[in-house]
Amino acid sequence: MRKNKTPIQSTLLVLFFTFVSALILLPLLLLFVSSLRSGNDLMRYGLNFNVDWKSANLNNYRLLFSKETPYFIWYFNSLVLMIIQVAISLFLSAWVGYAFAMYDFKLKTICFTLVLLIMMVPMESIMLPLYRLTIKMGNIDTFQGIVLPFLVVPMLIFFFRQYLSGLPRDFLDAARIDGCNEYRIFFAIMVPLMKPSFAAMGIYQGMTSWNNFLWPMIVLRSSTKITLPVGLAGLISPYGNNYDILIAGSCFAIIPVLILFTLFQSYFIDGMTAGGVKG
Amino acid sequence: MKNSIRNRFLYSPQVAPYIFLLPFILTFCVFFAYPVCNTILMSFQKVAGAQSVFRGFKNYQLLMNPIFYKALRHSIFYAIVSVILMIIIPLILATLLNAKATKAKTLFRGIMFIPALTSVVVAGTIFRLMFGELENSFFNQAIALFSHGPIVWLRNSATVWFALFMLCTWRWTGVNMMYYLAGLQQIPKELYESAEVDGANVFQQFFAITLPLLKKTNVYVLTISIYGGMAMFTESYILFNGNSSPNNVGLTVVGYLYRMGWEQNQIGLASATGCILLVIVMGINIIQLICNGTLKKEALK
Repeated sequence: MRKNKTPIQSTLLVLFFTFVSALILLPLLLLFVSSLRSGNDLMRYGLNFNVDWKSANLNNYRLLFSKETPYFIWYFNSLVLMIIQVAISLFLSAWVGYAFAMYDFKLKTICFTLVLLIMMVPMESIMLPLYRLTIKMGNIDTFQGIVLPFLVVPMLIFFFRQYLSGLPRDFLDAARIDGCNEYRIFFAIMVPLMKPSFAAMGIYQGMTSWNNFLWPMIVLRSSTKITLPVGLAGLISPYGNNYDILIAGSCFAIIPVLILFTLFQSYFIDGMTAGGVKG
Repeated sequence: MKNSIRNRFLYSPQVAPYIFLLPFILTFCVFFAYPVCNTILMSFQKVAGAQSVFRGFKNYQLLMNPIFYKALRHSIFYAIVSVILMIIIPLILATLLNAKATKAKTLFRGIMFIPALTSVVVAGTIFRLMFGELENSFFNQAIALFSHGPIVWLRNSATVWFALFMLCTWRWTGVNMMYYLAGLQQIPKELYESAEVDGANVFQQFFAITLPLLKKTNVYVLTISIYGGMAMFTESYILFNGNSSPNNVGLTVVGYLYRMGWEQNQIGLASATGCILLVIVMGINIIQLICNGTLKKEALK
């Protein structure tokens, strides 16, 4: 009886998850298939599976790679911004998180409550004063305008603090006796120990930055400085005259991420769900 | 000599933590505390160019208009329904995926996570085109199978909600499922074994063991979903190709803030909207943190 039950259950479960997976992949499949159709077609019919395979071609991608569209300028901007944001915010947040994990000092509880407080406030509710501040600082339409307000990421501080709290503090005392100063302890001992968390947090921050839309849309103006999501959003229009670039460009924005994801699946999942219940 | 005194000061274990904290304190003051105070102040002012005039609660009174109420209703409704969807569906999927009998777990887990990798812009674009109004768009073809005529999806409020919730479910199910999987894996296996010995069936086990022990995950998912739901903007912005939608069917609180602050230059009203959003989201979060015990003294140390 029992022996029979499991294979049936397994088959049902696998069938169920195959169905769910198909549903989830369907929109992406539609996108990829549609990227082989002409822009006029896309405009007229939207996304569907009625593809005339004989006339399917890579023209949209050819257009994408040609000099006529600023697509790769946007791509490059997004890439540069992502690298800058990941590097700076990882370093600074680890730096701050270290203080919370390894030291006891007077203002600790207050400061950590402030970290939690920022995590609770949606950036959207203060985006207007932030925007006005960015204007005052002369940072409109620049990369520093995007990066500066989010240099230290509370979520990352929280994560690094959790991660470092798990390490024994004896390290510190031993190093101090050996004559290491506080900052060398951080760079020479702690940073190497933090490597695994840098990978997860780098992916978290990288994905956030790569997909970020609202703030870059507000800060950036000129068509040579905007990022990929902002540029793509600008291609959507009721007249549909840019749908060839829009669809092919959307595909090309996902493909590198998909490749990286298949290679480093568990890092992605760990990083992007790091806010979860470990705390 | 002077140099060495400075060094001894900077390098002392009493001062070092504050040096480590410095980047946080600076960005907190400039890019958080100042904007928050600024927006509260501006919400009581008539802001015009360089001069600002104090006008008391006038901005808040002006906010009490049908369009703002509509935006607020939309955001609250979106938050509530997405919370329900984003708890029930991922919880069921995670429980099934975690079952012993399920094969190829890593593969299915990976596939379900893929939508989370797309930006809201790309996902929104796909859904905007799938919900196109002509009879050849994907969803109109789908309902044609049930011999239903084409629908202008993005005009009518019921179908707009359908599109928005589809988009939300598609993008977030995988992520939330991962939170539940992590929660499920922390439940000791022995509990289920002894329950089985006692003759409890799968459903009894689910309601008596799984659900109560997932309380922390539930609270977390609840919080981020309410937070995300109340601050929703980009989904609607992409679906409607801008901040205006027919009869404001897709207007949210953040959309209203954007309209006032950027499109109509009503800085005072926009600030008041920001303050209301801030109070609502923080209020919900604080209630949650108190219920969950995260704000207790020991947890902060």
